[in-house]
Amino acid sequence: MTVQAAPARPVAPPAPPVPAARRRIRPGRIGVHAFLMAVSLAFLAPLLLAVYASLRPYDETSEHGYFSLPRHLSLDYYRQAFSDSGMTKYFVNTMIIAVPGVLVTLFLASFVAFALARLRMRGGLVLLMFFTAGNLLPQQVIVTPLYVVFNRIPLPYWMSDSMTMYDSYWAVVVVQIGFQLGFCVFVLANFMRTLPQEILEAAIVDGAGVWTQYWRITLPLCRPALAALGTLQFTWMYNDFLWALVFISDGDKLPITSALNNLRGQFFTDYNLLAAGSVIVALPTLVVFLLLQRHFIAGLTLGASKG
Amino acid sequence: MSFLSTRRTGRRAARRFTGRDLAVIGVLLGIPVLLDVAVVWGPTLASVVLSFTGWDGIGDIKWVGTQNYENLFTNYPQFWPAARHNLLWLAFLGLVAAPFGLLLAVLIDRGVRFSRFYQSTLYMPVVLSLAVVGFIAQLVFSRDQGALNAVLGDTDSPTDWLGDPDLNIWMVLLAAAWRHTGYVMILYLAGLKAVDPSLKEAAAIDGAGEAQTFFRVVLPTLRPVNVIVGVITVIESLRAFDIVYAVNHGRNGLELLSVLVTDNIIGEASRIGFGSAIAVVLLVVSLGFVATYLVQELRGEKNR
Repeated sequence: MTVQAAPARPVAPPAPPVPAARRRIRPGRIGVHAFLMAVSLAFLAPLLLAVYASLRPYDETSEHGYFSLPRHLSLDYYRQAFSDSGMTKYFVNTMIIAVPGVLVTLFLASFVAFALARLRMRGGLVLLMFFTAGNLLPQQVIVTPLYVVFNRIPLPYWMSDSMTMYDSYWAVVVVQIGFQLGFCVFVLANFMRTLPQEILEAAIVDGAGVWTQYWRITLPLCRPALAALGTLQFTWMYNDFLWALVFISDGDKLPITSALNNLRGQFFTDYNLLAAGSVIVALPTLVVFLLLQRHFIAGLTLGASKG
Repeated sequence: MSFLSTRRTGRRAARRFTGRDLAVIGVLLGIPVLLDVAVVWGPTLASVVLSFTGWDGIGDIKWVGTQNYENLFTNYPQFWPAARHNLLWLAFLGLVAAPFGLLLAVLIDRGVRFSRFYQSTLYMPVVLSLAVVGFIAQLVFSRDQGALNAVLGDTDSPTDWLGDPDLNIWMVLLAAAWRHTGYVMILYLAGLKAVDPSLKEAAAIDGAGEAQTFFRVVLPTLRPVNVIVGVITVIESLRAFDIVYAVNHGRNGLELLSVLVTDNIIGEASRIGFGSAIAVVLLVVSLGFVATYLVQELRGEKNR
């Protein structure tokens, strides 16, 4: 059935349905546009407001509110965020966590996925469920024991200046990897199943071992899926707030998303500074999204619609 | 024929693992499995065990049976409001944000012009950190300077949207929905693109109206997406933490189960046993949904 339908599809549908749909919708089309435009603007408004607020001094907005016309516009808050609050340092911290996190996660997950999808092992399904279900648990379920254990694992000074796993990047990186493995295994296993088996069989006939089958043959074919997952995972690890909050106590080691909380004063909060901080934190993910939108969406939908 | 032969080569290959192959498999499968046990499943079990103890994190571990749970349900005043807020979160995302995302996806999928612009804009909040969403919510809803009060022009007795314990949960839910809607939309858009157009044509020929076609024909074929959206919605509502923590550390009307767990372990009291009991409540609820989802997945795998 589907095989018969497939060859016809590229020729026929793209042309006819569109005009047909257009003609049918025409009366309501303006309404649809008005609605979508209104919703889009409503969705954009908070972001624009944050940018706008971050450009204005506190005195002005406290007197006239955020919705007033600007009298002074400046980048002072951004300068303040970078010089006084050390945003650069926090960016570096984020990179220390996210870059190894994403790379190791993708490496480990891709091998597990390869083993599940390609090496007909017994218990493969159980293993897949083991990983997938682990990713679906709420973080708070695992946070308490990890907190206790990390406090008791000694690390040499060169690995962690707190001498324990607690309050070190290691704790956050390890938890990020362990927690995100499940999602990546799930997505990559689904993707690898769609690859043609024949290439692998040819390699096996040529005497390729498991490592060659994985590293030389399967992984290069997975590039699109890996790019998509890499983009998505980087954003998720970058955006993570809880792990660092719980496992790191030294303010200087916080990644940028968790450090944002520090811009809030004990007794007085300069919301415009907070707005600038929010924009600084949001900007990299927005840039990544706009540049790699295709990968980003592919990463999410690969997980949802099975390859 | 070809099916049989692939089966056979597969099996022969499985028998033909060399020592080096087994070592590669052992190490590269062993590390992730151990890591997952150490970071996810081990701690989950430990949480369950610790929830039956009255441990403060330093002294001896004392066995107290179900005392933590009794305390939790009967004399911990924050518990029921927090549970109610989590449920409300689930209901709001599931009954308001997700259907809204579906509606947007359907409208965009009809091939209106500028659909790429709409799609990108509506999706943009999804890439933001939930903590950032929480901070932006403060700009909009803050009492004295917030944009909402400025738009309403209410300067004499401004509403404290985030300070009023009866109101603030709804404002936070709006912020959460801002992000969730785009997520749901993108999943449905991908699903709708995969729907065979001949299905819709057949329905139209049979005289089905647009609404009828959608609900009777298109929506049932989107079942896998519906399941994913359901799972994501449940997980998001149980995990909800960042936004309320960014707004006011989850107090004064914004209590959530996740906040109570965090408060009990990193707070001064360090009531590990008690915090674990709250975590186990979260675990039991989420496992119910996770199991349902996995059973669905399993069925899919078998039909593959």
